[in-house]
Amino acid sequence: MITYALRRIAMIIPLIIMVSFGVYALVLMIPGDPAITIAGENATEEQIQATRERLGLTDSFFVQYWNWISGAVRGDLGQSLFSSQTVTGAILDRFPVTLALTAAAVTVALLIAVPAGIIAALHRGRWPDRAVTLLTSIGISMPSFWLGILLVMVLALATPIFPAVGYTPLSESVLGWAHNLVLPAFTLGLAVCAEITRQLRGSLSDVLHQDYIRTARAAGLRGRIVVVKHGMKNAAVPVVTVLGFQVGFLLGGSVVVERVFGIPGLGDLAIRAVLERDIPMIQGIVVVSAAIVMLVNLVVDLSYGYLNPKVRQS
Amino acid sequence: MTAMSVAPGTEAPVLEVTDLRVQFATDRGWATVVDGVSFSVGRAETVGVVGESGSGKTVTSLAVLGLLPSPPARVVGGSIRLGDTELLGLRRRELEEIRGDEVAMIFQEPMTSLNPAFPVGDQIAEVFRRHRRCSRSRARARAVEMLGKVGIPDAARRARAYPHEFSGGMRQRAMIALAMCCDPRVLLADEPTTALDGTIQAQILDLMRSMRDEFDTAIVFVTHDLGVVADICDRAVVMYAGQVVEKAPIDDLYYHPRHPYTEALLGALPQLDGGTEVLATIPGTAPTPGALPAGCRFHPRCAHARPECAHPTESAADGVALRWLSDSVASRCVRVDELRLRGAR
Ligand SMILES: Nc1ncnc2c1ncn2[C@@H]1O[C@H](COP(=O)(O)OP(=O)(O)O)[C@@H](O)[C@H]1O
Ligand code: SF4
Ligand SMILES: [Mg+2]
Repeated sequence: MITYALRRIAMIIPLIIMVSFGVYALVLMIPGDPAITIAGENATEEQIQATRERLGLTDSFFVQYWNWISGAVRGDLGQSLFSSQTVTGAILDRFPVTLALTAAAVTVALLIAVPAGIIAALHRGRWPDRAVTLLTSIGISMPSFWLGILLVMVLALATPIFPAVGYTPLSESVLGWAHNLVLPAFTLGLAVCAEITRQLRGSLSDVLHQDYIRTARAAGLRGRIVVVKHGMKNAAVPVVTVLGFQVGFLLGGSVVVERVFGIPGLGDLAIRAVLERDIPMIQGIVVVSAAIVMLVNLVVDLSYGYLNPKVRQS
Repeated sequence: MTAMSVAPGTEAPVLEVTDLRVQFATDRGWATVVDGVSFSVGRAETVGVVGESGSGKTVTSLAVLGLLPSPPARVVGGSIRLGDTELLGLRRRELEEIRGDEVAMIFQEPMTSLNPAFPVGDQIAEVFRRHRRCSRSRARARAVEMLGKVGIPDAARRARAYPHEFSGGMRQRAMIALAMCCDPRVLLADEPTTALDGTIQAQILDLMRSMRDEFDTAIVFVTHDLGVVADICDRAVVMYAGQVVEKAPIDDLYYHPRHPYTEALLGALPQLDGGTEVLATIPGTAPTPGALPAGCRFHPRCAHARPECAHPTESAADGVALRWLSDSVASRCVRVDELRLRGAR
């Protein structure tokens, strides 16, 4: 298991370098010259050229990339073009918010999806399964911003229970923080929950027809243990895959939901950076998001090793 | 052959199935898949249940454990007695206590019958602990002990291995260890050697014999292979299209079959003729539960069929009745008294 883990980790490093290169190149292709914007409206051609040089934009592409990646390795992703913040600083500011939102959303999703998926799998083809399938189809096809607005209207505006928008830092008030996270967490959680329920229902009902489940029943193991222990460990692989995909996606910042609820997370930072053509900021966010996705994939891969003993050897 | 097998009723049977009827829901209503099956097994005895694929053998054994999928299956009649306990109608919790403890089962597919996600020893220990409510270390010791008993070398180390690290024969040994770990009174073995090749098959049969003798287990040995039945069983029950068509002690069945279907099965056994193996088959195919022939269900394929075979007898409304010819042999053939059937050669 340990060699398996080390091998997986070693595989990630070249991947990150490749991704960072691609990201750097692609972002530079965004039309528009940031030097013109930065130098100001009435800048002369010389001033613009000076700005270009100061920003390092006149160097060759490879020199620019080298400077950037060698900084990035030391945790320095450069300076925002439009604010006094460093890119690293801005990301570190925003990431905990997105992380908290993701954790809350995944908790909501799992609390609903696991029981719902099990019930649907146990009653495949009968009414509980049909109900779950219908609800998940609705959940999957419903855009999250629409669900978010709906929740705001029903739960925040119609009743004074939850705040419609806003964010309270954890350091300020734990209760306020949690309070602000409830609606966005549900909005994101319900979408994730639908995917996970559907996946769990499918894989668990397949697993429950396997011979080893019949063996466990024939040996007198209790129904609940058969399903939860013997069934779920085998059914978990595709579920973990989907979950990892969703978590990676959420950790990159859920632009729409963060906007709807006014949450200062990574998604919100990203959208600002794109609108302002804050190139170092965009590069930083994309590379960090990519690294996060790869990290999540690593965790998912490691969980395969735990869930499926055969994987460890290959 | 053990003394118990001479005649039914010399010792109270451990498991007694009487007139079992099982139906499955189909597009065209309920199909009777097991139709009035009766048999019993005594302590340390092995009874074979033989018949072609689809004759209802697996359904019968799953019914004993209460493991039929419902829907689509339902048990519509009969009785399954384990000692003094009637198993039909027990609640699920009560059945769960009996399964694996007093009645255990092993299956045809050794490659898929163990859970790929847990070490083999853990799977055995879990069953032992569930029924004996002992400590983890006691259960683990029992798992290793059982793996040793079924002939797995270096059992303490192999107990930590996963099923995919075992060969097919080793997995079937591990399945037997799992089934026998609580010293069950009855072992249901559903085609336990069918998926294995010749030498491994013989080893597993040897193992089952020695386990039966050590634990005094009553074995119900389900198979489509009369050759295997002859190897291990004391008595056999031959099934065709959901019914028992012949019951007899194994030597009688083998050398003096009393039903043309048994004769046909014996004729289809591989023969060593001058060094080449000749594989014969019974002509035609078995009827499906939804479309059973009237009268004797075997008559469309029977070499001895006469027009009267297609008509129900007065003693059985929907076919031919099973008739006792002696206190240990029964046959469901209207012409049984006139026929001289060929036994194994
Ligand atoms: N899950 C099921 N659904 C519908 N019919 C079934 C099912 N299992 C078994 N049957 C029916 O029961 C009959 C007997 O099956 P089975 O007991 O498995 O035969 P055997 O074990 O003798 O090969 C088959 O002909 C099949 O039509
Ligand atoms: S009753 Fe007739 S058809 Fe049926 S087995 Fe006997 S001889 Fe053959
Ligand atoms: Mg079968």
